[in-house]
Amino acid sequence: MELSQYLSMFIDESKEHLQSLNENLLSLESSPQDISIVHNIFRSAHTLKGMSATMGFEDIAALTHEMENVLDLVRNSKIEMNPFIFDCIFKSLDSLESMVEDIIQGGTGKADVSPIVVSLRSIVTGEYKTAVVPAAVTAVKEPTKGIEVDEFQFSILQQSIDSGFLVFYVEVTVNENCVLKAARAYMVFDALERMGEIVKATPSVQEIEQEKFDRSFSLYFISKVDQGTLEKEILNVSEIQSAIIITVDTESLDELSRPRTEVEAARQEIAAAVAAAVVPVQTPTIEVAAPKVEAAAAVVAKPAAGGAPVASRTIRVDIERLDALMNLFSELLIDRVRLEQLATEVKRNDLTETVEHMSRVSSDLQNIVLKLRMVPVDSVFNRFPRMIRDLAKSLDKKVDLVITGAETELDRTVIDEIGDPLVHLLRNAVDHGIESISDRLAAGKSEQGTIQLRAFHSGNHVFIEIEEDGKGIYRDKVLKTALKNGLVTAEQAAKLSDIEVYNLLFASGFSTAEKISDISGRGVGLDVVKTKIQMLGGHVQVDSRPGLGSKFSVQLPLTLSIISAMLVRLGSEKYAIPLSSIVETSAIQKKQIRNIHGNKMVDYRNSVIPLVSLSTLFSVPDFNEDLEDETEIVVVRKGDKQVALMVDEFIGQQEIVLKTLGKYLSGLFAISGATILGDGQVALIIDPNALIK
Amino acid sequence: MGEEKKVIVFALGTEEYGVEVEKVRTIERMQPMTRVPKAPEFIKGVINLRGVVIPIIDLRSRFGLDELPTTDATRIIIVSAGDFEVGLIVDSANDVIDLDTDNIDNPPEIVGGIKAKYLDGIARVGEQRLLVLLNLEQVLDRNELQQLERVED
Repeated sequence: MELSQYLSMFIDESKEHLQSLNENLLSLESSPQDISIVHNIFRSAHTLKGMSATMGFEDIAALTHEMENVLDLVRNSKIEMNPFIFDCIFKSLDSLESMVEDIIQGGTGKADVSPIVVSLRSIVTGEYKTAVVPAAVTAVKEPTKGIEVDEFQFSILQQSIDSGFLVFYVEVTVNENCVLKAARAYMVFDALERMGEIVKATPSVQEIEQEKFDRSFSLYFISKVDQGTLEKEILNVSEIQSAIIITVDTESLDELSRPRTEVEAARQEIAAAVAAAVVPVQTPTIEVAAPKVEAAAAVVAKPAAGGAPVASRTIRVDIERLDALMNLFSELLIDRVRLEQLATEVKRNDLTETVEHMSRVSSDLQNIVLKLRMVPVDSVFNRFPRMIRDLAKSLDKKVDLVITGAETELDRTVIDEIGDPLVHLLRNAVDHGIESISDRLAAGKSEQGTIQLRAFHSGNHVFIEIEEDGKGIYRDKVLKTALKNGLVTAEQAAKLSDIEVYNLLFASGFSTAEKISDISGRGVGLDVVKTKIQMLGGHVQVDSRPGLGSKFSVQLPLTLSIISAMLVRLGSEKYAIPLSSIVETSAIQKKQIRNIHGNKMVDYRNSVIPLVSLSTLFSVPDFNEDLEDETEIVVVRKGDKQVALMVDEFIGQQEIVLKTLGKYLSGLFAISGATILGDGQVALIIDPNALIK
Repeated sequence: MGEEKKVIVFALGTEEYGVEVEKVRTIERMQPMTRVPKAPEFIKGVINLRGVVIPIIDLRSRFGLDELPTTDATRIIIVSAGDFEVGLIVDSANDVIDLDTDNIDNPPEIVGGIKAKYLDGIARVGEQRLLVLLNLEQVLDRNELQQLERVED
């Protein structure tokens, strides 16, 4: 059987399971008595084991198996969780992660995990519990170990039980020296089919026929015959070593399928496992979207999951196909604008109406296309709790990470890139922001520091804030380093506002400071963070109250591909200004323009703001506002600063598709990209931020 | 006999030049382009090539030759070299020929005002014809572009 086509699915699923294992383990750590969490952990581990075994990654399966043994004891209240066990299991998860990583890199997922296995076994055998023999444990949970079934098969089993049939879980093992395993298996199947119906077998019937099984296979069997008869019939076949037969009742069946009725996430786990198990009768209709599963898993983490079985019907789509869809759609948008122009020229009612209708449809379509690419930030945030835990532990600090707004959605392309900068900022917060326990107590704070990680929408942007109640940033220390590195002169330094001083931390010269600790270590690689965020079209700012904590605020665009913009004309040239930075448009008389220190300024809503001549700045060949009595202006802002840009004429507001100017033209002054207009011409997009000092 | 090498031949003034066919995406007629403010002089602007925005370089201007008005023969050769995809404005382009690599000599110090580092070599074609092979990577070197920008500032 060809497994490679299921590899990407396996990787995705195992990452999800590892993530949910991590999350659940963390929440178990904060409420160790909650056995329901252990159940969740167990289920994830179990599914992971099944999946990896099916895919032939034996080492992963083996390690998960050892982990399961420990967890099983916990969930049956045979042992209690303690720091040693937590650490062991976290370590196992790390190994599992690196094995999966190895598989992603094209490796075989093999690793030497013997030290962890030894400690896991020691938990099972000696130190913690003496009475329980592992073998007995596995025997107890044999039914659930069985094989997962999909919804359809589950309902068959359920209905059979309800209508008085007997449902058996059968595990048949052939003799070690059996020559014709497949033939023996066939005989068993044959015997069973005469007595009832086989619902599902693992490995699949095809695999068994091709002798692709080790020594045993298991199956679900519906029949009217009793267990004894069944056993006799099976053992009648020669070369069969043993047949474990367990009668499945509603309860144990429920346990098997609890996910379906109780928590959506686990249903998906099973569905995923079945998908990964590649059962031939299975049609590949049960793929699930990653974020949904994770979101659901997060719900599970809270006690009293409470149900709410909202059937999430999702499919997994290759991001490249979405990109292709997006590109095609941008072509469509260009044509739409062209059609609108033609309609205004032709002035025929029915044409205008049709074009208007098409416009509405395509706006809706655009919204949908954009939403398709949206992913909750949770998919990035979910790895942080574990990271903070480990970091705090290694630094001997107490840190509480509070996440809000994890459901906020961002474009997939942004999501993929934003992880690293956030990791950096969070590490910074734990490492340099939050003080050590003794320092906190000395400062009259609680010994546990808090990091708030927030995400929220605002306008066309998503904000991600990282705020801690640590020691804050001291202006003087930052300035000292900045002066030493020649980032500012003493003269400039005196004039800078606090925020401007803090923002010096992002300057590229800052991180090269030799004695980082001088300024509490802030600034380490923050320039990299800033560059990355700016690359995504976002901004990062820092604010701080010395002694009370700091806040890093990251502003990101919702999407990178389509924006609303104001098209303006400068003589024969057209430019686009992003609507997100426009405050308003208006017109001013020549006599309103004032000259202050040789700079043109204009009164605007009770303040005086600079006037920028785009025609001069861009050396526009055929337009100069000096010749006009009345000039149109576009007021743009960056933070709390505003500037008025003088233009020839407004063309109007339009949705434009962002196109890059390519690498050859990167780093152009005040131009952030280009777009293609309805007539096929290229218009450049002005970056107002570059125009505001 | 050395290896065969297919090149696109174009003209710039009195010289004939060649670029490897693998690096040429398409050859276009002159078309309206959008000026890019604050870009180096030799960048004439950007065009929309079937949905992709591509910068256009006037090769005459790039090599410090006098610029000429557009004629019917003027062509834009869209090339890709390294990470870059750009269009080159040339006087005309109308030939594809096979070169024998044995017939390629090292470039002389200067050819019609073009520095040797922009050239890969000189190829002899038949009895009379000489072909200057362009080193696109050098012509499109970003460092040099930045130096030029600095001079302009």
